[in-house]
Amino acid sequence: MTRFLTSSLGKKIVMALTGLFLISFLVVHCGINALIFYNDGGLTFNAGAEFMGTNPIIRTMEIVLFIGILLHIYQALVLTINNNKARPIKYAVNAANSNSKWYSRSMGLLGTLILMFLIIHLKHFWVLSRFTDHLTSGEETLFDEMKEVFESPAVVVVYSLAMVSLGYHLLHGFYSAFQTLGLNNKKYTPLIRNAGLIFSIIIPFVFAMMPIAIHLGWVN
Amino acid sequence: MNLTLKIWRQKNSKEAGNFVSYNVTDISADMSFLEMFDVLNEQLISKGEEPIAFDHDCREGICGMCSMYINGRAHGPAQGTTTCQLHMRKFKDGDTITVEPWRASSFPVIKDLVVDRSAFDHIISAGGFISVNTGNAKDANNIPVPKDNADNAFAAAACIGCGACVAACKNSSAMLFVSAKVSQLALLPQGQVERETRVLNMVKQMDEEGFGSCTNTGACEAECPKEISVENIARLNREYLLANLKK
Repeated sequence: MTRFLTSSLGKKIVMALTGLFLISFLVVHCGINALIFYNDGGLTFNAGAEFMGTNPIIRTMEIVLFIGILLHIYQALVLTINNNKARPIKYAVNAANSNSKWYSRSMGLLGTLILMFLIIHLKHFWVLSRFTDHLTSGEETLFDEMKEVFESPAVVVVYSLAMVSLGYHLLHGFYSAFQTLGLNNKKYTPLIRNAGLIFSIIIPFVFAMMPIAIHLGWVN
Repeated sequence: MNLTLKIWRQKNSKEAGNFVSYNVTDISADMSFLEMFDVLNEQLISKGEEPIAFDHDCREGICGMCSMYINGRAHGPAQGTTTCQLHMRKFKDGDTITVEPWRASSFPVIKDLVVDRSAFDHIISAGGFISVNTGNAKDANNIPVPKDNADNAFAAAACIGCGACVAACKNSSAMLFVSAKVSQLALLPQGQVERETRVLNMVKQMDEEGFGSCTNTGACEAECPKEISVENIARLNREYLLANLKK
């Protein structure tokens, strides 16, 4: 097990597994939040948020989720440091665009942008709901809080740009996870590539529509 | 053709190198890239200067010795082509061409454009072989091999070990090379005996040599002169995962 986890391939497999786990989280998060589009004053959404906030299984999964995020970040840092060491002198001329896509080479940068967004995002909603009695006191619902946060155009812009980063991160990450797990096959790889493309457009788009729709008053 | 060449000159592995510009004139478009270098070296020798050291051997694209990073690409701009098979017709009169050695800590520069690729030999020694008792040559069809496996093994075995994959990879990863060498044997019945120990040992050696890890950018496949597929990398990941579960 140590041999596996300390090898370069083992580290990549940890990246792939945590990545896929985080992808599954995105589906759940996106699905629950999309309940705001019922446009019923946040009634259905608040019920969903209430369930997610109180169900013991979900609460346990929240801990697993944080472990997943931390592992993904830690492993990325270790791999990046090693990879940089492997080429101490860079090329004077490097035509990287002729052999690979920019986003596949920029996963670290895109990931850092997503992390910066994540910190802002957790401060906006997670800290408020877990560490204050702001929501439990009945003063305000999570939906009210969303409306408040997304009043600021700057916040809407930051959220939307973060979703663009997430989209490109997923565009490479989705396919890459399967490749790293050894799942590459003439028949299924085009399918995985297309599923990844659709996933990395739809999920960030639906997410980005939330602050935009609330800000513009399409949903209230 | 008249060209300006910006070439990496480095006396030895210890001293720092730098780019030196040279002009070459009357280059035929039908010359190979290495023949153009021969012309330049003749000029340098006649002037009493040190010729440029570069690796080459067969000059027919099968030995894997030539290794130049030309205008930011391993083996230059042509698809599926080694430097020796690259012809000057791919360039235009008046072009400035930058030539660098492979850049990777595992491939230290020996002199000018020559790098030490012994790291690959160490990986092969760690497991890129099969143990058989030799004797009379057997009939070729004694051991049945499915056609698909034979084709895939053959495609993987086309790897000439030039190191373009490492050179082109942003992480200097040797995954395409190692995966080709693991695949060509894992796909054939003759490779089954050492299947698990092979992949474990070769990956261990690859890590010890200090190569980076694969981030699936696909640059290796795009630059490989033998067009080895990244499907082999997925197979290596699979083989490694399964071998770890078993041993």
